[in-house]
Amino acid sequence: MAHAHDKEIARLEEIANDIRKSIIEMLLAAGSGHSAGPLGMADFFAAMYFHVLHHNPKKPHWEERDRLILSNGHICPGRYAAMAHAGYFPKKELLTLRKFGTRLQGHPERERLPGVETTSGPLGAGLAQSAGLAYAARLDGKKWRTYCLTSDGEQEAGLHWEAALFAGKYRLANLTAFVDRNNIQIDGMTEDIMPIEPLRAKWEAFNWHVIDCDGNNMQAIIDAVHEAKAIVEKPTVIILHNIPGRGVSFMEGKFEWHGMPPNAEQAAIALRELRTLGGRIRAEHE
Amino acid sequence: MALNPKAYLAADLLAKTILKKPTRDGYGDGVVEAGKKNPNVVVCCADLTESTRSLAFKKAFPERFVQFGVSEQSLAAVAAGMAMAGKVPFISSYAMFSPGRNWEMIRTNIALNNVNVKIMGAHAGVSVGPDGATHQAVEDMAITRVIPRMTVIAPCDMHETRKATIAAATLAGPVYVRFAREKTPVFTTNKTPFKIGRAETFRFGKHATIVACGPLVHTALLAAEVLAKKGIDCEVIDNHTVKPMDARTILASARKTRRVVTVEEHQVHGGMGSRVAEILAASLPVPMEFVGMQDRFGESGNPEELIEHFGMGVSAVIAAVRKVMKRK
Ligand SMILES: Cc1ncc(C[n+]2csc(CCOP(=O)(O)OP(=O)(O)O)c2C)c(N)n1
Ligand SMILES: [Mg+2]
Repeated sequence: MAHAHDKEIARLEEIANDIRKSIIEMLLAAGSGHSAGPLGMADFFAAMYFHVLHHNPKKPHWEERDRLILSNGHICPGRYAAMAHAGYFPKKELLTLRKFGTRLQGHPERERLPGVETTSGPLGAGLAQSAGLAYAARLDGKKWRTYCLTSDGEQEAGLHWEAALFAGKYRLANLTAFVDRNNIQIDGMTEDIMPIEPLRAKWEAFNWHVIDCDGNNMQAIIDAVHEAKAIVEKPTVIILHNIPGRGVSFMEGKFEWHGMPPNAEQAAIALRELRTLGGRIRAEHE
Repeated sequence: MALNPKAYLAADLLAKTILKKPTRDGYGDGVVEAGKKNPNVVVCCADLTESTRSLAFKKAFPERFVQFGVSEQSLAAVAAGMAMAGKVPFISSYAMFSPGRNWEMIRTNIALNNVNVKIMGAHAGVSVGPDGATHQAVEDMAITRVIPRMTVIAPCDMHETRKATIAAATLAGPVYVRFAREKTPVFTTNKTPFKIGRAETFRFGKHATIVACGPLVHTALLAAEVLAKKGIDCEVIDNHTVKPMDARTILASARKTRRVVTVEEHQVHGGMGSRVAEILAASLPVPMEFVGMQDRFGESGNPEELIEHFGMGVSAVIAAVRKVMKRK
């Protein structure tokens, strides 16, 4: 398995932390939006935009780019932040999130912001579109890959599993799905609201290769994607076990933070925690 | 003031300080009352218990509350099965997902089967705000009113939503009620009459008829007040039941005014105004203007600025009345 150098991992972790800070600033400015999901997936977005994806932020329509589909559109602050840090658009535009006239809609829109690939928000529809992309790419003999992030709440949607059947049938090895396994949804913990376990066995039964992965561990995420690329006979799903609200102590693990932004005071605490990496280092400007 | 005294509207109807509450609160109160009256009422929800206001029912009758998770298609189809066995399921989600995502289950499993399921669609309209176009249902009345046997109701405030919810429980057959996220004026009262299928005339006038539904009925009343000062006297009809529509009330008013403006937070194509046009075209063609979404998707923003931007505010209603007055 290809191990990224320690230096590269440290660089990616730093970017993930910057993404988390941006997420807090964006949500504070917007006054509404989702906190827990984006923070939990910040490591994933950093790994994808700064290590995994073949892409060109200056040419978002480059035909040979890898496609990253965000099925759980409500966690778009994480994606927007990663895109801005990667150079798709100016970082200051992040503060327009959810405001009238913005390209950064409350749920991402393909027609507004180059690079988001598809409109999402209504859950359960991303995997099917990803399967369509992957199928078409294979028809054309294209080398680009399709990646699709789905949430654990989406594992409750019928359409999602129809797409899983389809990708299994057609052995879409150029498709890698991820599950944001943070155990929360709006009304509570997934296993209380609508149990989705045993999740691994479900995907295996649908003819997918399954990797369980620590979704807040940069090295683990990158290793899992390398493994997925090496599997050529079926599609792969990487279950990213992660902590919702990761990096902000009072948000971690709490479903109440699914769709709530921090207020000014909470944002200040959150940003201080992120600057000091939870008190492990001293902030430069205290 | 040409307000209908028998409508018993709130005294502070036109005041800026009028109490504002979201119409969804009325559903929350109403469904608890329906549950008290009928032990067969069950509430089914798809991971949106608090924001749809089904939470009140869950607290009052935990044993009759059913959680589906993010599964709107089975929400509708399972409810159809429950109804076949004698239950009166209220299924609640955002309008975009129910009746949006699960439309065919509603059409076939519920309406074609003619079973007693009540579809409660929250977060209708662009006033959903910052969530953006994906969550702003402005097609829901079109896709439900086109289904045979379906009753479609767009209540104008919290009180009317409560009454509509209670009335839906006693009506045999499928019913769709849409409500909104944002706080809007509570301008009717407990005494304001409400009957499914009967439009209420809130204001009498002779120059033009404004037929409105949903919270924009209040906007229509504000516009009528401004126009009255300019000598244009508008009748304002609260046309809450989009299907079956009260043709009698609308025709009687149009016969008097000869000019009609419809107002809805919905696509003008296929919505409430389209039905008014069908009724008028069949027996009393008069000039009409349509205030609503003009074949566009919504977007992120705060509710007031979106209502203005998409031409559904007071000034847009005034402009539509002025335009219809100029037509022959
Ligand atoms: C089809 C559909 N149904 C309902 C919703 C409303 N909704 C938005 S997020 C969400 C929770 C889903 O859980 P998950 O995606 O795991 O949330 P998170 O982990 O980010 O809190 C729901 C029900 C939706 N967006 N789409
Ligand atoms: Mg989740």
